[in-house]
Amino acid sequence: MANARTRIAGGTRTRFSAHLGRRLVRGCADQLIDSPATVVALLLAFGFCTMAVFAPWLAPHDTSDVGTLDLMQALRPPVWLEGGDWAYLLGTDDQGRDMLSGIIFGARTSLLVSGVAVLLATLLGTAVGLFCGWVGGRPDAVLMRIAEVQLSFPAILIVLLIDGLGRTAVSTDLHNVAAVPVLIIAIALSNWVQIARTVRGSSMAEKNKEYVQAARVLGIHPAAILLRHILPNIFAPVLVIATLGIAGAILTEATLSFLGVGVPPTQPSLGTLIRFGNNFLISGEWWMTVFPGLALVLLALSVNIVGDWLRDVLNPKLS
Amino acid sequence: MAIVLLLVNLLAAFLASSATAEIFRYSTTGDILGLDPHTNNEGTTNAMKMNIYEGLLHRAWDLSLHPALATQWQQVEPTRWRFNLRQGVKFHNGNTFDADDVLVSFDRIRSSQSDMSYAVGTVSSINKIDAYTIELVTTVPDPTLLLALPAFLIMDQQWLEQNEAMQPVRGTMAGNFANTHANGTGPFRLVERQADTRTVLEPNADWWGEPRHNITKAIFQPIANDATRVAALLTGEMDLIYPVPLQDIDRINRTDHVRTLEGPELRTIFLGFDQWRDESLDMPGSGRNPFKDVRVRRAVYHAIDEQAIARVVMRGAARPAGLMIAPGINGYPGEPMDQRLPYDPAMAKRLLAEAGYPDGFPVTFDCPTDRYVKDEAICTAIVSMLQRVGIRVIPNFQTKTLYFDKISIKGGNRTSFFLLGWTPNTFDVFNTLQNVMTMHPEGHGIFNCGRYSNPEVEQLTVQIQRETDPQKRDALVREAFRIHQEDVGHIPLHQQYLAWGMADTVAEIKQRPFNDVDLRYVVMRSGTAAAAQTSSGGDRKP
Repeated sequence: MANARTRIAGGTRTRFSAHLGRRLVRGCADQLIDSPATVVALLLAFGFCTMAVFAPWLAPHDTSDVGTLDLMQALRPPVWLEGGDWAYLLGTDDQGRDMLSGIIFGARTSLLVSGVAVLLATLLGTAVGLFCGWVGGRPDAVLMRIAEVQLSFPAILIVLLIDGLGRTAVSTDLHNVAAVPVLIIAIALSNWVQIARTVRGSSMAEKNKEYVQAARVLGIHPAAILLRHILPNIFAPVLVIATLGIAGAILTEATLSFLGVGVPPTQPSLGTLIRFGNNFLISGEWWMTVFPGLALVLLALSVNIVGDWLRDVLNPKLS
Repeated sequence: MAIVLLLVNLLAAFLASSATAEIFRYSTTGDILGLDPHTNNEGTTNAMKMNIYEGLLHRAWDLSLHPALATQWQQVEPTRWRFNLRQGVKFHNGNTFDADDVLVSFDRIRSSQSDMSYAVGTVSSINKIDAYTIELVTTVPDPTLLLALPAFLIMDQQWLEQNEAMQPVRGTMAGNFANTHANGTGPFRLVERQADTRTVLEPNADWWGEPRHNITKAIFQPIANDATRVAALLTGEMDLIYPVPLQDIDRINRTDHVRTLEGPELRTIFLGFDQWRDESLDMPGSGRNPFKDVRVRRAVYHAIDEQAIARVVMRGAARPAGLMIAPGINGYPGEPMDQRLPYDPAMAKRLLAEAGYPDGFPVTFDCPTDRYVKDEAICTAIVSMLQRVGIRVIPNFQTKTLYFDKISIKGGNRTSFFLLGWTPNTFDVFNTLQNVMTMHPEGHGIFNCGRYSNPEVEQLTVQIQRETDPQKRDALVREAFRIHQEDVGHIPLHQQYLAWGMADTVAEIKQRPFNDVDLRYVVMRSGTAAAAQTSSGGDRKP
């Protein structure tokens, strides 16, 4: 904290990054000793991200192109069961879609949707939070009451509502094209509140500190003060909330796709795969739903643990 | 004294209901589209309406025709039929049924918003002779008149007037009075309806006939998810579910207290194309509609591997079809004509190139998700097959309420390419020709969503309607279907098999060759309804 007080215009950002970096490195080293689970989670999360980015090269079959699906290969069990095939390690679904490739591409869709949604939510939440914290008064009261009203509804309801409205707004012919953007916006709009409230609180505390007053005295434009001086000092909690938000967004997206209102079935996300497989759950073809389900659990869990770890590392009270 | 009497009555009522409470709970994939007997010509919906409403004739489970609101009839002249109406029949609200109700229902079913006008297609007028005698006048001698009449359901004139429901309103889940309320003369009356949740019927105590069923209450609840629907049957929550997901037939037959009932269905599943617009909905600005070119339609046909769909997606529970009607429908042109074009993707590509689409074209594919057996999986398979020959298909999966509103007349046939199924309600070929394969004259083409129209087929259809010599008629039918096959007006895929799942609580049910339940034929095992409630956990296999 003493560190922050002495910061003035100009050098804040570089010093902040160096500081954050040091904390991350030190935290990482501590955690390595303290908690192997975190390391596993970090590796898993990293693995999922790599998988998502390099899906077209990693997946044994290109399930993003429905033209490659072969009905003749449908309903193959995983390779270790009778009837399995090495070309389809985790088996195939009722359309002949390779489960492993489906999961790799599904994770890509899930991460893309939740990542972009949380990014949007962070941008919106930070902007609103900074604005409210700085301006205060009536605009702050109005925006925060809106936020509180939204907070009192479960996120999934908000997403369903926005998604439903979004779908009626675009013509039926555009549903497939618009499905993903609408979904992203819906999830983003359900997530901005937590970030906005955190940023608002922190920036209210920061704005009365001496380095901000010093910046004001120097006549720096409020926007510059907010972005270059206050924001770097309050960014750590935002990072934590955003990371945890990604885990939540992955589950929200999966829930919606499971309900059939998420991404179109031709680009299945993990939730869509689970929905397809769910129809076969009691007929013996368990692999169609168990593997995507497992992937979803691991993905959400690892992102969550990474988020927890970030919180511990970045918490000034702990470090 | 009065209180004691009341208590005794209550006790008696309680005893009576607990002794013979045969509650029949059943479920299918999607909800009925409404209760108005003159709109929403869809199987599940029609079956529900026919539990509540009656026509002049009733078609029994074995497709035979029986007197219902008419007791006897006679063809007095080739174009004039005299019907004697049943006396002493009451609507569920207590009103008496007579000839005026038939006349009003006739006007209503012929109005512009009706989807059911085919039921009285050739009838030009109905004359009232007296309160219980009417005369139907047809435009031409119509040999199939009686086959169509069971779908002409009779409503109560006074009820329609009181509730300002004289005009039907087209569209799924329409909110008009007659679509959300019901008042028929049928063996069941509507007790409760919550759209998409449950529809409850109770027997009509004043019904004129002798009930064959023994149920005291029927509860219909749609369950879209396959696994949930099967689970509802296995846990005893449902007495009957249909269709049983094909992957679960074995599982159900291996379980003690449930069984499946299987049989052929007369429904043909097919694909249709927009052959009317000059510019495809998916190619704005191009001025082209690929599906107007028969080579493109033929290419799509060659690109589809129906054998694979039948074997894998349908798990063998489908009969690949080359004709728009199933064997068993009156007028079926015979096996030799019932052949599909061979699966030949190379030929498909060649035809597309010839037609000027070497790189394919984009098209949206409208597909329901809760109407036909495995509809979503069939469509997904077709998307990938067409993708392989270069046609960029974007599937538009919707529940049937949205889907029907989009592709039907209500939504202006806003589709380029769609999957649909059709069972001729009359079990006669003319019904398919009239509703699906022609546009003219007026009243035709209600579900010809791609507006296929070939003057020759339409000419033949008019002749088929009039022809009374069966052999000549069959020849005309063969000619019409041959032309339709050459035009690739639609692409027939298959006839699905019926698979219903039943709990032991049901003693007997008559399965009609179409996929819906007529409550008249449901016989529950006495006393089991209550027993199943308490012991459903005990007699289940692990």
